[in-house]
Amino acid sequence: MTRLPDRAGGGTGTGAGSGAGTGSGTGPGGAVRGTVGAAASASASASAAASSSEDGVPPDLLRRFTTAERWVHRASAALMGVAIVTAAFLYLPALAELVGRRRLLVIVHEWSGVLLPLPLLAGLASKAFRADLDRLNRFATYDWRWLSRAVRRVPGPRVSGKFNAGQKLYASFMAGAVLVMLGTGIVMWFPYLTPLVWRTGSTFVHDWLAIFIGVLVIGHIGMAVRDPDARRALRTGFADRRWARREHPLWEKENPPPGE
Amino acid sequence: MAKDGRGAPVGRRVMLGVLGLGVLGAATGSYVQNSYDNLLAQISSRDPTGVTGLLPGGGGFRFYSVSESIPHRSDQDYKLTVDGLVDRPGSYSLADLHAMPSTRLVRDVQCVTGWRVPHYAWTGVKLSDLLDKAGVQPGAKALRFTCFDGVYTESLTLDQARRPDMLAAYRMDDKPVTAAHGGPVRLYAAPMYFYKSAKWLSGITVTDHVEPGYWEHYGYDVDAWVGKSNGRDDDPTS
Repeated sequence: MTRLPDRAGGGTGTGAGSGAGTGSGTGPGGAVRGTVGAAASASASASAAASSSEDGVPPDLLRRFTTAERWVHRASAALMGVAIVTAAFLYLPALAELVGRRRLLVIVHEWSGVLLPLPLLAGLASKAFRADLDRLNRFATYDWRWLSRAVRRVPGPRVSGKFNAGQKLYASFMAGAVLVMLGTGIVMWFPYLTPLVWRTGSTFVHDWLAIFIGVLVIGHIGMAVRDPDARRALRTGFADRRWARREHPLWEKENPPPGE
Repeated sequence: MAKDGRGAPVGRRVMLGVLGLGVLGAATGSYVQNSYDNLLAQISSRDPTGVTGLLPGGGGFRFYSVSESIPHRSDQDYKLTVDGLVDRPGSYSLADLHAMPSTRLVRDVQCVTGWRVPHYAWTGVKLSDLLDKAGVQPGAKALRFTCFDGVYTESLTLDQARRPDMLAAYRMDDKPVTAAHGGPVRLYAAPMYFYKSAKWLSGITVTDHVEPGYWEHYGYDVDAWVGKSNGRDDDPTS
């Protein structure tokens, strides 16, 4: 199917299957995807002459993530998924009795965990990724307002930039949590590196933080399940402008449609 | 209009905060875990739902197996072979083992990964009785244990195996050993970390040297005395 042109930034291979699976959609998402394809071919044929917007992005779409950023997310999600699934089979008696193979599970768990920071580190080569990290890092006044309205469950739209305060907190918490899991995991992996108090303490932290991370990841996936537009942005790199105006109004204003 | 990427670096603070808490937790977790274990033991003894068993350190045994599934062998089909450097190699059915003098020990169980189950009853045949029946030949130094999961192995020196707290156990907690716990018969090496107590025991071979067992190939100590090996200082169990 026709693909939208990728912005050059990022560095990892453009053209690598980001369109995979877009044709199989049913329901409302499928309809939206159909228009993406149509718009893409329309803009592809018209872009040379009209240059309706930079990069040939049609006016009803916004470039949200580069190819590099989407692969950082995919690789991190895959590694996190492997770590969580192997952890469940190591930890929950019912699942452990089902598959056994403890040593193999331990090896897979250890390596998925150790490799988990790598996609993010590789992503630092991408300018767009670094810019988004900066956006995630900084809390403006509207982020605090967003947060207080979310906590108090005030109905109605909440103002946010490219990422809302919840996403910012999730990202920064996960960054710290992955590092803690990595450190405590290595202490358990190589028992002769540290005295026993540290090993027991690390096991304690690793166990409890794992439960916390599990709950957060389930919540993260739950939000994605309820938001097809957000999922599409991570799958294709483009977000619907109406969705952006509703969910990330300040970011949408940064990128006005051509001709306004 | 406020632009993205301005404002306090809250993200970095959250990340460093989590990191700091993690280090603090690792430093103090050992003490927290102890008091928490005591509390949890009290709660779980009155917990009919079993939910507390899912919490970290939630008491009781954890299931560890290196084979692909739980091997099952019925009480009728079970056989324990004794061979190697012995005068009378043989094989014992479960009924044969039941007919031999039994020993009941109540001891703590200590896993090398940290969990401990207090005051647990084990019943079985002393390895020394099996060895005497088979007649150990001169030059024998050690025992190699094989298991009918086809994967796990263990070892003991002859002197260790002759201790009165080394059993071929067919009862845990005064009930037959279940398949998940290594039944019908498993090794019970009371004074050692629990990886020594091989599940699904099917063979004892008397050898002239110690052949390290499964986990010992991956760095666990061969002489696995509780509190004096594997870099741990747990209270001895026997």
